[in-house]
Amino acid sequence: MNAAFLYALVGVGLFFLGLYALIVHTHLLRKILALNVMGSGVFLVLVALAKRTGNATPDPVPHAMVITGIVVAVSATALALTLMVRVAAETGRAELPDEERE
Amino acid sequence: MGAVFLNIPWGIVLILLPLAAAMACFLWPAVAKSVGLVTVSVVALSVVGLVWQVIESGVYRHAVGGWGAPLGIDLYADGLSLLMLAITALVGLAVSVYSTAYFEQPLSARFWPLWLFLLAALNALFLSADIFNLYVTLELMGLAAVALTALSGGRDALSGAMRYLLAALLGSLAYLFGVALLYHGFGSVDIAILAQRVEAIPVTWAALGLMSAGLVLKTALFPFHFWLPPAHASAPAPVSAALSALVVKGSFYILLRLWLKIFGPLGVDGVEGLLGLLGAAAVLWGSLQALRQTRLKLLIAYSTVAQIGYLFLAFSLAMGGGVMAWGAAAYLALSHALAKAAMFLVAGNLLRFGGHDRISDLDRVVQRLPLTMAAFALAGVSIMGLPPSGGFIGKWLLLESALVQGRWDLVAVMIFGGLLAAGYVFKVLGYAFTQAAAPHEAKAVPASMEWAALSLAATAILLGFLASLLLSLVGIGNPFGAGEVTP
Repeated sequence: MNAAFLYALVGVGLFFLGLYALIVHTHLLRKILALNVMGSGVFLVLVALAKRTGNATPDPVPHAMVITGIVVAVSATALALTLMVRVAAETGRAELPDEERE
Repeated sequence: MGAVFLNIPWGIVLILLPLAAAMACFLWPAVAKSVGLVTVSVVALSVVGLVWQVIESGVYRHAVGGWGAPLGIDLYADGLSLLMLAITALVGLAVSVYSTAYFEQPLSARFWPLWLFLLAALNALFLSADIFNLYVTLELMGLAAVALTALSGGRDALSGAMRYLLAALLGSLAYLFGVALLYHGFGSVDIAILAQRVEAIPVTWAALGLMSAGLVLKTALFPFHFWLPPAHASAPAPVSAALSALVVKGSFYILLRLWLKIFGPLGVDGVEGLLGLLGAAAVLWGSLQALRQTRLKLLIAYSTVAQIGYLFLAFSLAMGGGVMAWGAAAYLALSHALAKAAMFLVAGNLLRFGGHDRISDLDRVVQRLPLTMAAFALAGVSIMGLPPSGGFIGKWLLLESALVQGRWDLVAVMIFGGLLAAGYVFKVLGYAFTQAAAPHEAKAVPASMEWAALSLAATAILLGFLASLLLSLVGIGNPFGAGEVTP
């Protein structure tokens, strides 16, 4: 059990915490935040596991992946927030309707 | 001339051209329509060029920027990629021609950049050779698709898009987690290298579970289909066509690649059985729900849920050792893409014509839009799996491999699913011949919109005559060879 492994475990924990929040919360902002927490969990796992080589210099490839992932996450969050604002403006509530059928 | 044609790196053109054109459309909305049309035409030509290149000199592999795997990004195309690229180009052309008449300003200016981004993402996805690049293209595809869904801005479209976005992001995060674990375990993201290094250890199983679950969610396999009907039914018609025909196939394609090269050779028991079971449930549930719908677009969307079930039935049978089932999967994906795109375009025509898509009020539409209803009938023939159509070949190959493996339960599901499909197709056609209780105003439908739908449907039928040619094309590079790694 070294520090890198501990970080990776925390990352796994964040992923599942976010998944739980995504399922139980109905407010869209909380759902979007939950997805971001899940994303951070995955990034933490990637960064922590980059030290798997045991050398002083960690593997740079996962770092590059995390940077790409952050760019993707920022754009996805921006789109999600815009959609949320529009949904709230149309329906008066920042929630998804329960019943899709008419 | 031939040599020059063969030396152009078509794979690069397929990705860079739509990407650049998308930005050009965003910057100069006045010329978006013409730029878009030229781009999709050149993309279709490039696919022809790439197919020619692969037939002449074998599997295509291009190291972007000269770096090469494992550090750089590789583009890779074998028969399976070519098939998916060809579907994308074909449906892309029809959807683009349709959209020039369908969208008016200001929607048109918003549609073209997003649509070209989606095309670029799809092309890049089918050409990617490493699992991280696949993640990036998956996200690009998802974001463009969600934005397109929300295009019309109505209440249904916005909440449909929101639900779609949440499901898509969850799916890709699970997939990315799997990528992280595979990289940690085997030190590479290149599919060919992973195929050589992968071992049956716990990390692999965790990655298998996460990636499969994420991709199954994105492919909308029952019971993860909850996001698909609202999104596909509320999007503008050409967008629904592209979503049902192409976008769900994108994630299915990744699932195929992963299982064929990485997870399949490990000999996992049970998972393919489970996916087959879910596929069977999807066929029955999707078809029954389609029968119950009163709105045409929702009916078509539930039919997509059912047809995705067939893809997973083929997947399960193929993993069980039936090489024939791979041909079935390829054929089903191809003919469903064409027929379903045609159906959604038909729905768009009917919406334009009558201002609604209530099935019971179609009001003798068959006399007033004969081309459109002919397109629906032809597409229906392929969806039901009647000869001579692409859908028939696909379902025939599927039935045959189920019989060879003695899976009578799956045979029953397939036949019953076909009957249900006939039920919902004839339900629509029946109302199209009868007079509605309340006749309504009718608006003219542009000829290009009618012909776009009809030509897609006719191509779906035509596929029934091209089976041996297409199946040998798909076999290039032996994408389905069990345990064999192509260079």
